[in-house]
Formats: sequence, C-alpha cells, structure tokens
Amino acid sequence: MSRADATPHLYHRVMVWLLFLILLLPLIGTLVYSISSSWSATILPSGFTFKWYLQLWSDPRFLNAFIQSLVVCVGALALSVVLILPLLFVVHYHFPKLDALMNILILLPFAVPPVVSSVGLLQLYGSGPLAMVGTPWILIGCYFTVALPFMYRAITNNLQAINLRDLMDAAQLLGASTWQAAFLVVLPNLRKGLMVALLLSFSFLFGEFVFANILVGTRYETLQVYLNNMRNSSGHFTSAVVISYFLFVLVLTWVATHLNKDKSQ
Amino acid sequence: MKSLTRGKGLALLCLAPFALFFILFQIAPLAWVLVNSLQSEESGWGLANFNRIFASKFYLQAIQYSLEISFWSSLFGIVIAVLGSYSLNKVDSRLRNFVNAFANMTSNFSGVPLAFAFIILLGFNGTITLMLKQAGIIEDFNLYSKTGLIILYTYFQIPLGVLLLYPAFDTLREDWRESAALLGANAWQFWRHIGIPVLTPALLGTFVILLANALGAYATVYALTTGNFNVLPIRIAAMVSGDISLDPNMASALAVILVGLMTLVTLVHQWLLKRSYHVSR
Repeated sequence: MSRADATPHLYHRVMVWLLFLILLLPLIGTLVYSISSSWSATILPSGFTFKWYLQLWSDPRFLNAFIQSLVVCVGALALSVVLILPLLFVVHYHFPKLDALMNILILLPFAVPPVVSSVGLLQLYGSGPLAMVGTPWILIGCYFTVALPFMYRAITNNLQAINLRDLMDAAQLLGASTWQAAFLVVLPNLRKGLMVALLLSFSFLFGEFVFANILVGTRYETLQVYLNNMRNSSGHFTSAVVISYFLFVLVLTWVATHLNKDKSQ
Repeated sequence: MKSLTRGKGLALLCLAPFALFFILFQIAPLAWVLVNSLQSEESGWGLANFNRIFASKFYLQAIQYSLEISFWSSLFGIVIAVLGSYSLNKVDSRLRNFVNAFANMTSNFSGVPLAFAFIILLGFNGTITLMLKQAGIIEDFNLYSKTGLIILYTYFQIPLGVLLLYPAFDTLREDWRESAALLGANAWQFWRHIGIPVLTPALLGTFVILLANALGAYATVYALTTGNFNVLPIRIAAMVSGDISLDPNMASALAVILVGLMTLVTLVHQWLLKRSYHVSR
C-alpha cells in the first residue's frame, strides 16, 4: 500500500523539481556570471566580485534609463486607472450589455502584436498635429493598451466580488449621490484588488521592449532599450543589468502575491 | 425619468476619454496598417504588396520560419507545461505554491534579458555548450539558428503554459480516476476516454495562445540576433525602423499576414472546440 502510494508521489515531486530547475537555470547562469570576475572558455568562473554591480549602479546612463522606465510605467498605469475605472463602473452599473462588446475589444491588444501596431503608430504620429514618436507620451499611450486587457479583467473580477449594484443601492438609500457612492464606497472596496492589478501590470510593462525600441529608442531610453544597447559591453556587466532588473520585478510580484493572499483570507 | 436619461448621458460621457485613447493607440494604427497594405508606391491601390510577398523566396522564408519556430516551441512548451502542471497538482501545497509563484515570476523573464541569459548558457562559449562539448555529447551548438531559437522560445512558453494549464487539472477530479479504476479501466484507458477529452478544450486553448505568443514575439529574437534572423516580426520592424529600404506599405502587408495567421489559428481553435466532445454536450 505505502509503496504503491510512494512511487507516483516521488514521480510528481521529481517532475515539479525538474520544472523548477529548467525555469531556474538561465537565471542562475546569469546570476553567477554577474558576480564572477572573468569567465570564458571554462566551465567555472575564475573568481567572484561585485565590481560589475558597483560599475552599473554608478553609471548615470543606467540610472537615467531606470528612472525613465519608472516614469513611463507609472504614467501609463495612472492613465489606465483614470480611463478604465470610470469605464468599468459605467459598464457594470449602467450598461451591463456593453461588457460583451468590451470583452471583444480587449482582445485586440492580444491579437495585434506590438510590432504590427508600431507600423501604424510610426506613420500616424511621426509628424503632423500629433507628432509623439520619440517622446515618452507615445509610450504611455501604448502601454495603456498593453495593460488594458489585464486591468479590465482583474478589476471586473473585483467588481463582481463586491456586488457593485447592492453596494450602490445601499449607499444611495442612505442618502449618498452617485458620485459619493462611487468614490467613497465602491472605490475603497476596490483598493486592494486594484493594487494587485497595478503591481502585476507594472512588472510586465517594466519589461516591455518592442514599442520602446521601435517608437522611441535612445531618444528616451528605457531600461530594456538600455540593456539592448549595452550588448557590446562586457557580458558580466549586462548580466548585472539583467539580475538587477529581475530582482526589482521579483520584489514587485512578491508584494503583489502577498497582498493577494491577504485578500483571499 | 428625465433625470435617469440625463444620468445615462453623463455615464456615456465617462466613456469618451477611454474611447478616445483606445482609438488613438489601438484602432487607428491597426486601421492604418489594413488600409495601407493595399497601397504601393509603384502601382497604387491593389494587391501588389501581397503579390510581391508571395512571389518572393525571402518573404516566404520569413513566414515559414515564423510558423516552424512557433509550432515547435508551442508543442515542446505545452508538453513540458502539461507534465509540470499535472505533477504540480499532485505534490504537497508548500512545494506547489513555491514553484507556482516562481513560474509566475519567470513569465516576466523574456525578451532582451532572456536572450542575454541564453547567450551566457548556450552561446558559442556558453557554460552548457562547453560542458556538453567536453562530455562529447555535441560537436557544436549554434544558438543563433532555428534550433537555438526553438529552444529559447520554448523556455518562455513554459511559464505561460503552466499558468494557463494548472487550473485546468483541477477539473480532473481524483474520484473520476477511482471510479474508472473500479469499473476496470487501466491508466491508459482512463486518459484515452476521460482525461484527454476533459482536458481538450484547455489544451487547445493554451496551444493557441502559445502559438500567438510565439508568432508575435519580437524582442527575444531581435536581441539575440540583432535583427538578422528572418522571421515575420523582424521583417516588419526592419521596414519601418531599419537603416535601409524603408517601406511602410510593404511592412503593413506583412503585418496583415501576421495578424491573418493569428486570426486563422484562433478560428481553427474555435472550430475544433465546437467539435470537441466536452462542449457539444
């Protein structure tokens, strides 16, 4: 009995550890590379050092790219909240039938790869009244569309969980106006779900490269574009960029998962 | 009654900013691409761009490579994700939550950083390349080839596959397996008649998303080969932002083909889904 139970159990444990190792391998490789002094044509590095990190974190171009990435991502998420929250509220409270249409529309950012949108964006906003190519503004607009499907679904799930209609009716029975009910009752109830959605969106926007490279490039260098432009510098140095970037994203996703856990308890 | 319609009018007004931005950054660029794919500098309106694409070995090769890399990486990715997420459902919750969270995080590890990590591991002087060479398992390995790209793509397909498939295995209840065993079914029969049919919609759906993910992928292959590998997204970008031969109309036509391929894959998926036993019940 115990033997028959133990064998499949062992198999599953081995498979899960294998999966973990496959996913871990490139990260570990990069991590070791980023802290080794030199490592070429041998299997193990010849010594360890933190000099690549010191060099990286004192490079003004890197710090600048990091801050510019933050600006673009925070800007895009602020825009997303301002545009999507009223939309969701109106759709779910006033026009529930629009939800079906919205569910089709939010597929577009998935179905149309950024490289396709870029073709049109470059021509439309390269010159003329809306000349935005080469500025962070166009990235903020594009990142809004990238975050849209995820934010829309995440906030919708939250709205359904809090029973929007009952909450609004209760608030209005107690004398609140629609605006008061929306801002003082519904919004605080969405806060945690919104935070999780924002953190996770931030972590994938922070890694966005296609729009940033094609539409803006070095004119407003973001972290990913910087990393790509550093391709000819030492591999140890670029590894330090990769690990710094990944640790940052790791912390964000970790916070998001914990917020999520608190919520479900 | 009047105030109700006014309220609805105000509500509609709240949709306007969203509509404006969505049109500016999503609809308008796509519309520009669709319209201008039908225009060429030499022959005006018509299908000239498409005729040129289908007569050119170079463009056809880009389409072929895109499809090959996407298909194989999705297949390998989904096989690993199936094995992994099935086992994930069977281990204790601590290990499960840990590996699940880790897969979640690595789904952000793609594009340029991933390409650089793979150069360190599997490049010409990569650690794994050297190890395998010294062990005499391989003669040589070229990461910058089709095979190399399939391995790289497979890697970023795995976390996405696990994320999408892991919940599906929840639907496969343990008591079904016990009931099947009681009725005399062996493991193979259980999978053939119960497991696979129940999972088919999730498997098909995941496979389609992986395919679309790989077809549209640009950052990884661009960072790895500095835009020198012939796949559709690279061709499109080269014709709008490269140093030589800018041709936005031709880029639009290729973009239409890329979106067309993705739409085709989705339609086939819907059709297969309708035929699968699970939905027709």
